[in-house]
Amino acid sequence: MISRRSFCKKSLLIAGGLAIPLSCLELFDPKRLLAEKDEKGPRWVFLVDTRKCVGCGFCVKGCKVENEVPYDANVTRTWVERYVVTSDGKTHIDSPKGARDGFPNKGIDIGHGKLEEIKDDDIEKAFFVPKLCNQCDNPPCVQVCPVGATYQTADGVVLVDRSWCIGCGYCIMGCPYGVRFFHPVFHVAEKCNFCYHRITKGMQTACVDSCAFGARRVGNLRDPEDPVTRVIMTERVNVLKEEYGTKPQVFYLGLSKEVK
Amino acid sequence: MKNHVWRPLFVVLAVIALVLVARKFLVPADFGVGARGYMYGWHRAGNEQQWKDVKVKYKTAAFCKDCHPDKYDEMKESPHRNINCENCHGPALNHPDDPRSLTIDRSRELCARCHTRLPYPNSGRGVMKGIDPKTHNVGLDCVTCHWPHDPRKEGHQK
Amino acid sequence: MVHGEAWTIKEFFTYPNEYIYWTIQIVMYPFMTGLVAGAFVLSSLYHVFGVKQLKGIARFSLVFSFALLPVAMLPLLMHLQQPLRGIEVMLTPHFTSAIAAFGIVFSTYGMIVASELWFVFRKHFVETALALKAIDGRTALQQGWYLLFSVLTLGAWDISHEALEADERAVKKLAGAGIPVACFLHGYAGFIFGSVKANALWMTPLMPVIFICSAVVSGIALCILTYILTMEIRKQLARRHRLAHPELPSMDELKSAEAHVVAMTSRYLLMFMVAAITLELLDLIFRGYTAVKSWDILRSVIYERDFVNIFVVQYGLGNLVPFVLFLIPGLTIRRAVVGTMLVLLGVFMMRWNVVIGGQAFSSSFSGFMHYVLPLWPDSMETLKEGLVGALIVAGVPFCFFYLLNKVMPVFKETH
Repeated sequence: MISRRSFCKKSLLIAGGLAIPLSCLELFDPKRLLAEKDEKGPRWVFLVDTRKCVGCGFCVKGCKVENEVPYDANVTRTWVERYVVTSDGKTHIDSPKGARDGFPNKGIDIGHGKLEEIKDDDIEKAFFVPKLCNQCDNPPCVQVCPVGATYQTADGVVLVDRSWCIGCGYCIMGCPYGVRFFHPVFHVAEKCNFCYHRITKGMQTACVDSCAFGARRVGNLRDPEDPVTRVIMTERVNVLKEEYGTKPQVFYLGLSKEVK
Repeated sequence: MKNHVWRPLFVVLAVIALVLVARKFLVPADFGVGARGYMYGWHRAGNEQQWKDVKVKYKTAAFCKDCHPDKYDEMKESPHRNINCENCHGPALNHPDDPRSLTIDRSRELCARCHTRLPYPNSGRGVMKGIDPKTHNVGLDCVTCHWPHDPRKEGHQK
Repeated sequence: MVHGEAWTIKEFFTYPNEYIYWTIQIVMYPFMTGLVAGAFVLSSLYHVFGVKQLKGIARFSLVFSFALLPVAMLPLLMHLQQPLRGIEVMLTPHFTSAIAAFGIVFSTYGMIVASELWFVFRKHFVETALALKAIDGRTALQQGWYLLFSVLTLGAWDISHEALEADERAVKKLAGAGIPVACFLHGYAGFIFGSVKANALWMTPLMPVIFICSAVVSGIALCILTYILTMEIRKQLARRHRLAHPELPSMDELKSAEAHVVAMTSRYLLMFMVAAITLELLDLIFRGYTAVKSWDILRSVIYERDFVNIFVVQYGLGNLVPFVLFLIPGLTIRRAVVGTMLVLLGVFMMRWNVVIGGQAFSSSFSGFMHYVLPLWPDSMETLKEGLVGALIVAGVPFCFFYLLNKVMPVFKETH
């Protein structure tokens, strides 16, 4: 039979013992380099007008070259999806090679190298949707990085430290949008970063520059005069997969319910 | 505390001390919490500059204009005015010094990116001028008949 | 080739960057940590709760748990794209990530088990070191052993009755502290999956609990199995040495002791198995009943694509059959062997169906991915993340156990 005295003693001992590993966390607590949030600089956002996109895929090509993602590797920082809704109510979706070469076939790519042909008369609506990293305000990929190799900068862009990434793939699993992958050369996590080397020099991203139709635009949400900000503030824009609570910062015009 | 029971604890403490010392040497000095706090901003600060230093490959039409104002002006008058030079001519990189001539893509596939007819309503593609590359002058380059800088003009006939 | 392309077959619409990134090594990882945690919990049942019937297996499972410990880390290292940077988890841990806790929890647990082992085997270390010291003109090998055992005593040479009693009290405390840590070690492996909100199959708060229950099941099963195997070997040895050493236990003694331990342990196995299956079915029913957005694609994965893996192999062969085998009265050793092997298969398939099944569908909910296990390694990648890599991971703990047994003889009565 355990006495009250010994029970109390043992409880305290266990609580104390558990506190030791917890206090280790305190030892690891980092110095805060920039405690205050810097609200003065830009907050980069993106605006995609799906009504303007024609599916040429120049954005994908430009992105791959600009950001040194091997051209023939079946991964890409940005891609274009095709949605074809037929009169039987079915939605056919594909993105052959991420639309690196546009959509050279009328048939829908259904994997295994097979194409599903669709008759022109059956098409009720069809459109293209460009995709890229949403640079979420609550990036789940950053939250799950075990070593601090991926992070968000003050201007909202999520970057990957190629010299620190251990390649566990947790961030790839954590992204609901599937924008991350392993770089085939560096073997670390890779993702769209809004061409950080371009936007910080006052340039546009490579995909924006290569789009002849104005379907893609990059802007600064903290600048009320920025034309992209104006559109986001005044028009009916939407975001992807809001239900995940990620607060995505790529806004879409003309989004349809079929878009995944 | 002359009790052997605590011996393993000393070993544990020694191991912890070892890890802490190792941290001092192995963790980069600029590793810390950034603007987005510990959850979203735990990183090596120097990496931000590394990303900013990535080389720009596509230098945009504004760069081409300096040496090729005639081509630039011709394009700006044409229905192709919004197409960037580098979409077809390839990235400028260090042109004109390093790649003296650019990798110009004159292939049918390049034009077909936009001009393959796809009957898609509710999309800009549906109203674009399009052909079926399987039947339209198979085997010939588009630029034979169509001048890409201004498709209203005739193509390469020199 | 892109990482993941070698073993992923895509069907219908998947995002271009989606591949099966977490492969068989990530199946092995929770399986191996599960065995660690389960073996430890089994040994603690004796040390903490004084379940006397488990005395025979308690020390064995403790050493085995320690032998499994480094191997819980091995699949993670083999899976990393940058294995040499693995130490960064200890250097710059980002505790908002479940994986970052790994370094801390894993080492805490390792230290508890190591300390417990030290207390259990201290008498043996001291005795062996003293016996070696007594030898004049030690050979190089003997000198090596002597040094090893001297270091292992950590300078505590006192093996008086009081000191040994202090050891036993320490063992009890450590085993008590070890249970929550072992559960945490494995529960957080479940948390790694359960907290991924981007994955419809993984995301459930039940995941850590399910993982702990099935961990204990698999740990106990492996301990029973390995115990039986080692006992069989001992029986063979006994048959051979009995003439020369009559003080050794007889065949019948060994046999009855073995049957008794197996019967007792399998009862605990059944209890944890019921808990695990209940939770798993609860999860499945709940998903079907609430039928949120992802249910359409989950249903086609669970009931169509992975039907054989889930309902035939995991629930049928891995749960139902061993359940019946253990419940039929008069448990024989042979039946226990078959039962425990099926239980291990069932738990392994549960991990498989979670890890691989969770990636069997695109997060666009419009397409599927099929994992083709690379059998024959034709590159480093398919070696590490294929059948061969998994077999290496599965085999290493037995080698460790063999070596540990040299230093810490599991079957020798010390106390």
